[in-house]
Amino acid sequence: MISMHKLGKSYGEKRVLRDVDLELPRGGFAVVTGPNGSGKTTLLRICAGLALPSVGEVHVDAERAEVGYLGHEPLVYRELTALENLELYGRLYRVPERRERVGMLLERFGLWDVRHERVASYSRGMTQRLALCRVLLHDPALLVLDEPYTALDSQGAELLDAQLGELRDERTFLVSTHEPVRVERFATAQLALA
Amino acid sequence: MNYLADVRALARKDLLLELRARDTLPAMLLFVVSVFVVFHFSLPSSSSDLAANGLLWVAIVFTALLGLGRAFVPEREQRVFDGLVLAPSDRSAIWVAKSIATFTFLALAELLALPVFALFFHGVDGTTIAAVLLADVGICGVGTFVGAMAVVTRARDLLLPLLFLPLAIPILIGGVGASVVDAPGRYLAFLGLYDALFALVCWAAFEYVVTE
Amino acid sequence: MRRPGPATISAVGRRYRIPLPALAGASLALVTGALALVFFVVPNDANQGFSQRIFYFHVSIAFTAYACFAAGAWKALVHLWRRDPGADLESYVAIHQGVIFGVLVLVTGSIWAKISWGHWWLWSENQLVLFLVLFLFYAAYFMLRFSVDPGPQRANLCAVYALFGVVLVPVSFLAIRLSQKFIHPVVFTRHGANFGGWMLVAYFVSQAELSGKWLDARLRELRRAYA
Repeated sequence: MISMHKLGKSYGEKRVLRDVDLELPRGGFAVVTGPNGSGKTTLLRICAGLALPSVGEVHVDAERAEVGYLGHEPLVYRELTALENLELYGRLYRVPERRERVGMLLERFGLWDVRHERVASYSRGMTQRLALCRVLLHDPALLVLDEPYTALDSQGAELLDAQLGELRDERTFLVSTHEPVRVERFATAQLALA
Repeated sequence: MNYLADVRALARKDLLLELRARDTLPAMLLFVVSVFVVFHFSLPSSSSDLAANGLLWVAIVFTALLGLGRAFVPEREQRVFDGLVLAPSDRSAIWVAKSIATFTFLALAELLALPVFALFFHGVDGTTIAAVLLADVGICGVGTFVGAMAVVTRARDLLLPLLFLPLAIPILIGGVGASVVDAPGRYLAFLGLYDALFALVCWAAFEYVVTE
Repeated sequence: MRRPGPATISAVGRRYRIPLPALAGASLALVTGALALVFFVVPNDANQGFSQRIFYFHVSIAFTAYACFAAGAWKALVHLWRRDPGADLESYVAIHQGVIFGVLVLVTGSIWAKISWGHWWLWSENQLVLFLVLFLFYAAYFMLRFSVDPGPQRANLCAVYALFGVVLVPVSFLAIRLSQKFIHPVVFTRHGANFGGWMLVAYFVSQAELSGKWLDARLRELRRAYA
């Protein structure tokens, strides 16, 4: 689903990625590891379609509507409620049976009771859970997750584990993490960036 | 059809954000009235009525700038831009929606500003109102566009007026001309031309402003 | 999903086949020839005398400035459309040149205004006012360019802005003409015979030479950086 060859990315003079190769077949689960500043986020952004490579080639066999991206930022409006945020994304992604799906996800991630409160009032963990709802809302075939476990408390982490387990079989994953142990059981490939 | 639905969803979001925050519109209203007071003290007593008309347009452009500076703040502060860009919808819909929202705020501000102007200086005729509406379209279209550009830079608030004002000069000319001259038809037509031309360019080019 | 194109820096080639020393020599000859023509051959203008000659410079400098901005916009379009690796830099160089010539237009125009009408600035001169607006616009281009970190995003923003400039030129010109109705009574000015043609050629050549030198130096820098 994703194939990249000699991928490189520079921002001006600063070289962020160099000579990266990856073949991720459909249904695969690739884990990206590396120290801070090694370019994990940049790599994931390129795969999600937010950035272009400077050198080399990347082919991602998925439409924009089929990609779910979780970045460092939750990508939700703080002044809107959880419900309003998901409604917006639901409309933009043309999610079928939007209301039901939004409700289902909010409930699954334990946010149903606070759905009418502004995101600004949430804790970091709750915001991250909302971000996960956003990512899963349109049922993407390719999930690009940048350090998804950050800010999650143990309960949230368990929820995420459960979700990954459930979705594992039908979808392709590209996950970057500081704790590869957590997702080891899902992984089919590992990419270590220097 | 989908495009309109996207625009509607996004515009709704922008109007909702302003309703919650309630900071941009009141600021614009207060600003425009303050500017009129300043104008009163800036115009020597021998100035004609026409000078006041010209100043009306200055007030509109700068009030609009105030609003435009706030336009992409939510997207910028929370990096939500990425979220909108990732969506399968056409990126230009983001610009259309934001322009509509900004137009709404500007029009609401003018709803107060024009009567106040009439109170402080002299009445405003139908042609001027038509010119204001036409100009608003151009101001919001172009302003929102350069606002999105400015938001990406380091010097955000500094850059927006610099990018916007040269592009706003033709609008100002068209507007002042329409308010001042006896046969305003040409000026109104010019404003229409500006709006159409720049709307086309903005619509086509917005994709490149938000993607690599 | 949009496929990123293969972006290889080594594809950047030399734009100018003509060797630089030849260009330099040609431009020197032409500029000298044109100066000679302007100062010695052309007869004194009936109304304004010797000092009117600055107009020959003014017109062709203006033309060259327009050409530079047009070239900058063209390169910008190429960048957005084909993602040619050198296009952004070439666009920047062209606009930079254009601004230099634009400033010269304002300066020569101002001198001419002082000589002909006794004022250092004339709002009634459409060309001059247009260049003032364009100067502001393209000066903002530089502010934009230098407040974004180098990268594809900066290139995109600058390219889009350069294209806006092209649309702005005719629109502004029309607007300024319309504005003369309510700003000033219309002033008619006499423009002399067009020996400006020589000057135009001379400036094109010297501009090509300058751009070529500059571009070459920058490209060498880039190649070194990416090696």
